[in-house]
Amino acid sequence: MSINVLFFARYSEAVGLDSMEVEGDFATVDAVRLALASDPEFAVLNEASLMCARNQELCGLDEPLQAGDEVAFFPPVTGG
Amino acid sequence: MAIRVQAQPFDPGAEVNAMHAANVGVGAVVSFVGYVRDFNDGLDVAGMFLEHYPGMTEKALAKIAVEAEQRWPLLKLEVLHRIGALEPGEPIVFVAAASAHRQAAFDACAFVMDYLKTRAPFWKKENTSEGARWVEGRASDHRAADRWKA
Repeated sequence: MSINVLFFARYSEAVGLDSMEVEGDFATVDAVRLALASDPEFAVLNEASLMCARNQELCGLDEPLQAGDEVAFFPPVTGG
Repeated sequence: MAIRVQAQPFDPGAEVNAMHAANVGVGAVVSFVGYVRDFNDGLDVAGMFLEHYPGMTEKALAKIAVEAEQRWPLLKLEVLHRIGALEPGEPIVFVAAASAHRQAAFDACAFVMDYLKTRAPFWKKENTSEGARWVEGRASDHRAADRWKA
């Protein structure tokens, strides 16, 4: 399956990317995170305060995935 | 309900007036305006850039507004948030709730701000006297949001 992964703010700067496509058999958002975080360049995804979204809605790391989903990883939000 | 995410400046006074201009059944309008400060966490701030998640931002704000409308009898609710480059003194965010009586408007306005601070995908990058830095999330914002849990 193919998943479109987005990064924002400090995470985008840390990994040097706004978005990327990942291919693999990912059951959950956390499976995507773990696959990426095995590369030291994506170590920022190991932060305990990481937030994530699936198809533009906040979710937990255990959120199930389907092919074609959009997954986003970002630091705690600071609007307002 | 109105949700606006925009780079353009806005006039908070005009926004407040518009909350009741079209409805004389409105007895109370409570509004909140957040401004860019020129100082934060020990450093002078010359300006900031507000990044967001296009698409999700609007959905997240709409979801918060819908929940507010379900919890309180509101006659109008507006959420307006700036993105892009901002200077000290400029309004960043405007939330206003209109209702027949004051308590619903007070509570809904506070609820929307507390949820916006913890659930809407915006990130501030400050331009300080010691370079650019991302603003960190605050635990106090999460405590504020937690008080609305049923």
